Amino acid sequence: MTMFYFIAQATMIFMIPLMVVALGGLFSEKSGVVNIALEGKMILGAFTGIFFINRVQLGYISFLPEFLSAGNGLLAIALVIAAATGIVIALLHAYAAINLRANQIISGVAINMFAYAFAVYVTKQVTGTQNLHFVDQFRIRSVPLLGDIPVVGNMFFQGTYFTTYLGFVILALSVFVLYKTKFGLRLRACGEHPQAADSVGISVAKIRYAGVLLSGGLAGLGGLIYIVPITTVFNGSVSGYGFLALAVLIFGGWRPMRVLFAAFFFGIMQAIAASWSEIPFLFVLGLPGQFFRAVPYVATLIVLAFMSKNTMAPKAVGIPYDKGSR
Amino acid sequence: MNRDGVFNFISSILVLIAGLIIGFIILLISDASQAWPAFRTILTFGVGSARGMGDVLLQATPIIFTGLSVAFAFKTGLFNIGATGQFTFGAFVAIYIGIEFVFIPPWLRIIIMIVAAAIAGALWGAIPGLLKAYRNVHEVITCIMTNYIGMFAVNYMIINLGIFDQGRATTLPLPDSSNLPSLGMDRVFTEQIGNFTRYSNVNLGIVLAIVAAILVYIILEKTTFGYGLKACGFNSDAAKYAGISEKNKIVTSMVICGALAGIGGALTFMSGTGLSLRADNVLAPEGFMGISVAFLGLNNPIGVIFAGTLVSYLFLGGNRIQALGFSFEIMEIVVAVIIYFCAFVFLMKTFLAGKIKIGKSKKQQDIPQHDAAKEEEETE
Repeated sequence: MTMFYFIAQATMIFMIPLMVVALGGLFSEKSGVVNIALEGKMILGAFTGIFFINRVQLGYISFLPEFLSAGNGLLAIALVIAAATGIVIALLHAYAAINLRANQIISGVAINMFAYAFAVYVTKQVTGTQNLHFVDQFRIRSVPLLGDIPVVGNMFFQGTYFTTYLGFVILALSVFVLYKTKFGLRLRACGEHPQAADSVGISVAKIRYAGVLLSGGLAGLGGLIYIVPITTVFNGSVSGYGFLALAVLIFGGWRPMRVLFAAFFFGIMQAIAASWSEIPFLFVLGLPGQFFRAVPYVATLIVLAFMSKNTMAPKAVGIPYDKGSR
Repeated sequence: MNRDGVFNFISSILVLIAGLIIGFIILLISDASQAWPAFRTILTFGVGSARGMGDVLLQATPIIFTGLSVAFAFKTGLFNIGATGQFTFGAFVAIYIGIEFVFIPPWLRIIIMIVAAAIAGALWGAIPGLLKAYRNVHEVITCIMTNYIGMFAVNYMIINLGIFDQGRATTLPLPDSSNLPSLGMDRVFTEQIGNFTRYSNVNLGIVLAIVAAILVYIILEKTTFGYGLKACGFNSDAAKYAGISEKNKIVTSMVICGALAGIGGALTFMSGTGLSLRADNVLAPEGFMGISVAFLGLNNPIGVIFAGTLVSYLFLGGNRIQALGFSFEIMEIVVAVIIYFCAFVFLMKTFLAGKIKIGKSKKQQDIPQHDAAKEEEETE
């Protein structure tokens, strides 16, 4: 039973960042802009967030009030910084994709490459090594009251982080914004048929900017959410989670609630891959760790192969909007 | 054509200069007192000694191949972000043969290694091609998936097929007889340090890279086969109208891309520099560098040779400035900036092309009308 709870807790830790970043990708792609730069935005968000935590914990930043300089107050500020970083870097992507109508994939590749190089460069410049250390004071051993509920409490309210619940709040907000607000309707219109949106007076450029910037903010946030629980050293990498989140988005068919289930599936696979050798049942099966790591990608390929005839991708995704075309 | 070539050349140079200026600014911010010596090192180390030049060519070989792979795909309307997986698969197969099949005579073994790598890469490239052609799945997505699947599969095989070096978490070193011959080039690309002569590791690989680039150029520009491939990329409806089977072309194109990347993978590890394929769950960077090289070379096979050499030059420069206390990643930032600006080069080009076309379009009006009628049917 302890093993079961352990897997459940690990699944939450892997799944929440995937879900948040995939939702970020969702906003961008629903507005019609391909976002292959999720990985880079995650890296930079994680980098600035961890850098801030590192500086505060080492005492270089000391003007913060007590409740913000340690524990979850500190994490909250770091999350804001991570999201802001994602938004700033998304501006570069938006400018290339929307104003200059450049190839969205090239600028995405450039941002991914820049993100890693920049994070490592600054880290080396400041610390002399490639590693940024931080102390994990953010783990919540047991949520008051809820943690005492049998089974459910063990699975979801023990050994957790407040970012887990933040992830679910973001999911709820995303569903609300996309399907219950005027902005959400306009966003989806710009991704499906920008000409039609334009013809009723919606500024496609503005809506797409909003989509890309929201995506950057969520990706930056997701980067920090990913790093904090799993390690205490950041070395410029989020181990391909940006690309995995892209797979989650596609696997989830560009729909928020399905993204939740896709993230859950990918998360549980990651949790198993990380701890397969300690699970007696799987260990006896003799399946290698690489197998569980590869499963999400293989599953995505298979799903794509069978679902593609009625693809759920936004119709105008990846195509720069040209007023002259029909 | 000629005007286009001049324009391409000028825009590439401008992009390069912009990247270097930003690099210099970063050097200044990092350590102002050493910035100028470091910048001078970056600009001159490769032309300062023949060995430096040889090393640049050696490092350029893999990324010219992956660059060709990406450029070939782009010319035929595909985006091959999967060069990484194809590269890794090719490398693995070549290394496996190079270590396990030592009973084959060296010259034959080297040929088999390269051919097998091409086939392995081609098979891995065929998956996104088939899914695109028959299931209408965008190749960028499938390529991302096949990159990771390929990496995990290769890691598993390296560890379990007896070619694993536990200590370094890489493949075992190749026996010397499985390495590419240097063709006497190591005697040309040397550096005299006092009484020592240091030789470069440059080998047959760079020659093969140049030959491959020329072949790709001939296929794309001078043959009907290549014309058909390009036609599908340029306007798939028009190609269909002309009786070209689009599905077939997509798969063929991805197979060729895969083979190019696969060969690149083989040659990278056949250089005798002690470089081995890693088995630590990290994607091979050469595949992604191929994207930069292809776009910097404006997706022209001959341009890719120069772009590959240039990127290799910049990265080796990054290695050298570490001695002056700068971090290597500065040059990665420079290359990233260059790629970002490359996105604009295409814009400038299409802008220019649009201006030229306006004059001609009146003569060709009857052709687009057909397309327009068809499109109308589709939208209804």
